[in-house]
Amino acid sequence: MTAEEIWNRDFLPLRSKILEIAATLDRLDRAGGVQSDLNKTLQQALAVLLDGKVDRAERVQLLFSRQYEEGWRKQLEV
Amino acid sequence: MHYIDPHIHMVSRTTDDYESLAKMGCVAVSEPAFWAGYDRGSAAGFRDYFEQLTTFEPKRAAWYGIQHYTWLCINAKEAENVALSREVIAMIPEFLSRPNVLGIGEIGLNKNTRNEAIVFLEHLDLAARMNELVLIHTPHLADKHQGTRMILDMLAGETRLERQRVLVDHVEEHTIRPVLEAGYWAGMTLYPTTKCTPQRAADMVELYGPEHLMVNSAGDWGPSKPTAVPDFMLEMRLRGHSEELIQHVVYDNPREFFGQCPRWS
Repeated sequence: MTAEEIWNRDFLPLRSKILEIAATLDRLDRAGGVQSDLNKTLQQALAVLLDGKVDRAERVQLLFSRQYEEGWRKQLEV
Repeated sequence: MHYIDPHIHMVSRTTDDYESLAKMGCVAVSEPAFWAGYDRGSAAGFRDYFEQLTTFEPKRAAWYGIQHYTWLCINAKEAENVALSREVIAMIPEFLSRPNVLGIGEIGLNKNTRNEAIVFLEHLDLAARMNELVLIHTPHLADKHQGTRMILDMLAGETRLERQRVLVDHVEEHTIRPVLEAGYWAGMTLYPTTKCTPQRAADMVELYGPEHLMVNSAGDWGPSKPTAVPDFMLEMRLRGHSEELIQHVVYDNPREFFGQCPRWS
């Protein structure tokens, strides 16, 4: 598909998803807001969407992931 | 177009679902053993489950012209109980010659604990000794990246298993690359809120190509859609991809991977 075709097909679903995010954040604020590390991660994830770089989906996934440590077998004694 | 759902938990689904699958072109399903929604209290509970997977479930599928295959194991969640796991692993060889058994699965990790890793390694040893295919569950959400990397570390250490005989399932954008680059098969699971959407799965086919890649519904007792694979096929068509490419992913690839098991026909 060309970029124009993707845009024409996906613009309305994209607009809808952004509105859902906006409305959910408003709902959280009306309820008093949330103090959590995950909320900070959410802010970082939203920033990834706007940074203009590639692999946004992969980078957002990694933001919400526990860290992998190469020495895990020694640590867990496996 | 005919397709195969390479990962679906039909014991949790209705007979009507089999009918819907058949109407949408599904000709075969592969059902890994998994968590029932509660921890079973004994190995006898698993014996009954394996009986169901190898006797009644293929019969129910056949009512609608669908071939039913299965995989046996104690799942990662119940693997926290190492003693029970060892009883179940010792029992599995009794069932491996049943005509619809494809191998050991879905083994893997859940919370990436020591006990889960121990039981995973013992399952790998069983698969290597019995020369069985392996189907691997990777963890959910925040645990997926870490758990997938741990699984790849353990697989790399099990040199008796040929990599093309191992399917690492539930890959997403942050785990697909290391799985494919290491030479394993990868499965993408289409779920309504977690894992993958048909659109993101189509993105990954476009990014990584169709080789060694499968798409499944993992339909089970939770929020899931047993006809999700046709949703992926439609998405691919709407993007203008060829029927040959779609068939390659949803039919030819499962046939090639499962065909390594002599009980597949």
